Amino acid sequence: MMFEWLFAPPHDRRLLPGNYRGPTPFVIAIMTFSMMVVAAAGLALSNAAGLVAKGIDSRYSVQVPGGSRDLPAVLEAVRTAPGVLSAEAVPEAEMRKTLEQWLGPAGGSEDLPVPALVTLDVADSANLAAIASRVEKAAPGTRFVAHDETLAPLLKSVRALQWLALALVALLAAATSAAVVLAARGALDTHRATIEVMHGIGATDVQVTRLFQRKIALDALAGGLFGGAAAAIVLAVLAAGGSALAGDLTGAAPLGGSDLLILAMLPLLMILLATGVARAAVLAALRQSI
Amino acid sequence: MARRLTLCDKLLAIGGDLALSSMVEFDSVGLRYGTGAEVLRDLDFRLGRGGFYFLTGPSGAGKTSLLKLLYLAQRPTRGRLRLFGEELSDAPRDSLPGFRRRIGVVFQDFRLIRHLSAFDNVALPLRIAGRSETEVEGSVREMLAWVGLADRASARPATLSGGEQQRVAIARAVISQPELLVADEPTGNVDAEMAQRLLHLFAALNRLGTTIVVATHDLGLIASTPGTEIIRLEHGSLVDPTGALKNPPARPRPELT
Repeated sequence: MMFEWLFAPPHDRRLLPGNYRGPTPFVIAIMTFSMMVVAAAGLALSNAAGLVAKGIDSRYSVQVPGGSRDLPAVLEAVRTAPGVLSAEAVPEAEMRKTLEQWLGPAGGSEDLPVPALVTLDVADSANLAAIASRVEKAAPGTRFVAHDETLAPLLKSVRALQWLALALVALLAAATSAAVVLAARGALDTHRATIEVMHGIGATDVQVTRLFQRKIALDALAGGLFGGAAAAIVLAVLAAGGSALAGDLTGAAPLGGSDLLILAMLPLLMILLATGVARAAVLAALRQSI
Repeated sequence: MARRLTLCDKLLAIGGDLALSSMVEFDSVGLRYGTGAEVLRDLDFRLGRGGFYFLTGPSGAGKTSLLKLLYLAQRPTRGRLRLFGEELSDAPRDSLPGFRRRIGVVFQDFRLIRHLSAFDNVALPLRIAGRSETEVEGSVREMLAWVGLADRASARPATLSGGEQQRVAIARAVISQPELLVADEPTGNVDAEMAQRLLHLFAALNRLGTTIVVATHDLGLIASTPGTEIIRLEHGSLVDPTGALKNPPARPRPELT
């Protein structure tokens, strides 16, 4: 049976007493918690970037320097252009309201000229150059801007943050592995006398390793479940809108079912990682003896 | 003491030639620890299958190092070592546990596992060999009774006297009926009566075919055990003026009693 070693008989368990006395469960709990929160942030960023990219994929703006004077001609030119699915003029009041958020009351002043703005959605087959040409003829000096160009730096930053989150998850896994290696070596030192006796009377490396592997697997199980549960509670609170961060993590870009499945798998992966690393570390250390 | 006769049956089935063959062969064996001087030099000897040997010599002569080679806790740094007819000087590491299970060891410092009971300590070789718990239970109870510790089965080593610990260590060494028994001062901490009982146990094992090697300073112990041979070490070298250990005479086949 693949996990037979996990269900050792009582006499085998007595060989290495002292479960849960070391720091390993706490280290693994902290690492699992951190990993899940970072992974949730990364997934939320990924979703947010996806939503934004999808929303602006076929959306363009036409900025009319002459303001409302040239707006009807530009709007007519855009609406009649082949490939344009819809075109709407952004009301000046709405733009001034937006400006007020940045500039204060001055943003709403009539002394402050604001360009007229038309937003339009185009079909994939639309000839953008032809549309831009029509607009230019209707009102010279008009700017035809793709939204994805405007937001490209932001999306690039968001995607960089995604990769950063992934890198952090990998780093946390590596740090957990290092902690497990140290724990395994510490356990080997603690039980060196027992190991020497067992080797002396014919125990194989695999027999000895099973004892340590089981002990560290149980530590990892306790730490992984505790850290995972704590992270789940924190993420649930954030998702429920309990803080401003909730919006960033799960509100504006909620985690989907597959995201939740990935997060739920992380504690299990941590347990498997810790167990595998412990086995490799113990076997490697035992092979140093004759 | 009940004794499964598997080993003896095999020995007898194979015939008298096996009884005359070597259990241990050392050819120009040397041993050094790290970069230090050699603690054993140019050891050339053979121990016959079914023999009973006392290893003697002054302190620092290399007795414990020689025993370590015999129970495969060390490999020679030069020369050839054969056990059970197999060349083991540079045998693959993974093959050694199988050979170690055929060797019983009584360590000078007992090396009992302190957090295990006397029962679990004695049971360890059987459990490592994968014997059933039913078999373990019966064999260990019987062995503990034989060494006079039936009522201390659940005691931890720290609560046992030195002599009791030594008896547990001996019980652990012989429980799996080894082909080779190596003991380092096995009677050092027991009274004269228990020492005689232990020697009788060794002699009984020897009659059943187990090769016995006992390191001791106790000349009285040697004198009280007829039919044994002596391996003497001095300054890491074998004292064998007649060459009897290098080229031993043919031995009679051990008799079952």
